[in-house]
Amino acid sequence: MNEQLRELGPLVLGVLVRRGADFAAAEDAVQEALLEAVRRWSDDPPEDPFGWLVTVAWRKFLDTVRSDSARRAREERVVEEPAPGPSEQGDDTLLLLFLCSHPSLTPASAVALTLRAVGGLTTRQVAEAYLVPEATMAQRISRAKRTVGEHRLDRPGDLRDVLKVLYLIFNEGYGGEVDLAAEAVRLTRQLAASSDEPEVSGLLALMLLHHARRAARWAEDGSLVPLAEQDRSLWDTALVAEGVEVLQAALARDRLGEYQAQAAIAALHCDAPSTGETDWTQVLEWYDELLRLTDSPVVALNRAVAVGEADGPLAGLRALELVPASVPRRTAVAAWLHERAGDLAVARTLYAEAAGQATSEAERHHLTRQAARLAAHAP
Amino acid sequence: MAKYLLLKHYRGGPQRMPDGDVPMDRWTPEEISAHMGFMDHVADTLRERGEFVEGQALSPDGTFVRFDGEGRPPVTDGPFAETKDLVAGWMVIDVDSEERAHEAAAFLSSAPGPGGRPIREWIEVRAFLEAPPTVTE
Repeated sequence: MNEQLRELGPLVLGVLVRRGADFAAAEDAVQEALLEAVRRWSDDPPEDPFGWLVTVAWRKFLDTVRSDSARRAREERVVEEPAPGPSEQGDDTLLLLFLCSHPSLTPASAVALTLRAVGGLTTRQVAEAYLVPEATMAQRISRAKRTVGEHRLDRPGDLRDVLKVLYLIFNEGYGGEVDLAAEAVRLTRQLAASSDEPEVSGLLALMLLHHARRAARWAEDGSLVPLAEQDRSLWDTALVAEGVEVLQAALARDRLGEYQAQAAIAALHCDAPSTGETDWTQVLEWYDELLRLTDSPVVALNRAVAVGEADGPLAGLRALELVPASVPRRTAVAAWLHERAGDLAVARTLYAEAAGQATSEAERHHLTRQAARLAAHAP
Repeated sequence: MAKYLLLKHYRGGPQRMPDGDVPMDRWTPEEISAHMGFMDHVADTLRERGEFVEGQALSPDGTFVRFDGEGRPPVTDGPFAETKDLVAGWMVIDVDSEERAHEAAAFLSSAPGPGGRPIREWIEVRAFLEAPPTVTE
């Protein structure tokens, strides 16, 4: 039943918000309705759970509005709201996602609110996933609700903000009982089902293609396995196939965007039986395309890696000169290119330096091992 | 979204603390109350912002211990070239950026001391190593 409630909660919230309910009050009302469902459904399950929840949540929302005289003005507005038409069963996921990704929220708040309001996770689950106390997460969510409440959604938000929040969730690694990457895939699937924007499909394809390689990214001892050394038989071929299919359909629309370009690069990696057989020339072409679309220094860094593979390490090092020194992982890429070019002593020093800059323990150990491997070439 | 450890040092950091050389036992009770009240205020502010993870104060007495070989007593403390540095307490925050972590640390460091002047205590800010992101290559 909890699984069902988790699926239904966000849909009910969407209906209330679309009917003109204030976001924070609607969220409270939905939570109350869900609690009541937990109490009553085991004895007396309704025939139409969704309808039951909408009715109860809407009643609870009106109760709150009516009991608060200071909110009289809003009550009138709500009462004047036109009766819901046949679109009542429509998918309001998109509307909720726009609200939860509002640019006035910090990234941390947007992510927390999205997981709670659209993902239907409990505050405890979101807190666990981000390894912070539940009270901290509760504060984050209620601040976010207040901020969103100040902005009435009178025009569609920017889809790019929504995609950014979903990608942030996907990138977060994983902790606690909730698998954030899987959750991000689930939400992006929902969004893709209610949007025909090719970039949404691009992001979904990108997530699926990365997700497919997940089992190969870690050795049994928990250490990081770089792409070149991954056991490709561990890649999830069904997810790869789905990702490629979603991507091809998106590319056929001929409205290229950065997520589609990134997914194309991921697809080329997934397509190769080994690193050596990767079509680096095509990968490089996609990076050129991506750089044109985003002008991001991180993309420029990844492009330098592709140049190193396609045209040799010296060309890669020249491409690297254009990347600002402050870009994360730049030193690690420099180390790798110097190693390929045969400057082993320089590479060793750079690996050690990169290890000091790593932001995760697995990455730091990996880079320290690379430096240790070249220890004989100590300057 | 990244976690940072804010470490309060008893004796200073890169340089001596400009105004914090008077040990707390020579402050007035009012000055101590004002200081403690401020520390609570910092934690409450961080809580309200959804940034507080945890924090504790530590005893000023610390002992350095290390393994000194099978069957031999542990080596404890000294010799120290100058004074040994000790940590007064710590706080863990979870914030959107390194700039925000520095801002929170500076706020913590502005706690009032003797005469109500900020003691400008050194706060060491260290990022937590976290799980690597799902996407790397």
